Amino acid sequence: MSITLLEAITQKVKPPRALLVPYRFGHPLGEPNNPQLQHAIIAETLALFDDDRTPPILKHSIHIGEQHG
Amino acid sequence: MASISELEPLFRFFMRFYRGQRYSHTPNTPLSKPLPECNIALITTAGFYINGQHPYVNEDCSYREIPNTIQTHELKIGHKSVAYDKTDTKTDANLVFPLDRFRELESEGKIGSLNHRHFSFMGSISKPKRLITETAPEVAQMLRSDGVDVAFITPV
Repeated sequence: MSITLLEAITQKVKPPRALLVPYRFGHPLGEPNNPQLQHAIIAETLALFDDDRTPPILKHSIHIGEQHG
Repeated sequence: MASISELEPLFRFFMRFYRGQRYSHTPNTPLSKPLPECNIALITTAGFYINGQHPYVNEDCSYREIPNTIQTHELKIGHKSVAYDKTDTKTDANLVFPLDRFRELESEGKIGSLNHRHFSFMGSISKPKRLITETAPEVAQMLRSDGVDVAFITPV
């Protein structure tokens, strides 16, 4: 499973499970020294195992409307 | 959100014509056990290495084995690309390699265990043939032999 920053590339590679996050390059976990946000992103990624769809599963993070990073 | 438009003109030009790898098949990989029983390994493309290992060179398809005992402040950044700002990674390696966060999940019992080793590659490879045919399969085989249930990948 993967966090991803670029939807177009992810759609080509088709990993089994990927969470698209709204952060700039070099910031897949959002912000430095923000364990709460980092845990939220990890939890959202691991939750893809609960998604019943057949892989590839690409989900937009619930943080997608926020402007971190 | 990351966007090609945030890159310097040279990299935007490259990405405009970079076709990349396209795959038509995705393996179905359901978990065979609950997460609190799973062994998890982290993989990053941040170009990390540690004392005693060689730094990366341009177009480097090799990988570095990162022992689970490492402290995140000991990780060295060897990524050769200047396409993104590494300042925040120097501040907190968990930004691209969330080892401390997963240690916390392990101590809370939310995952079973962290594998005894993790792996770093360097991203921004424009000629990935050796990565695809040799080095990435080597890492996959090592993860299988370690009994890893989940590979958690963080590209940068």
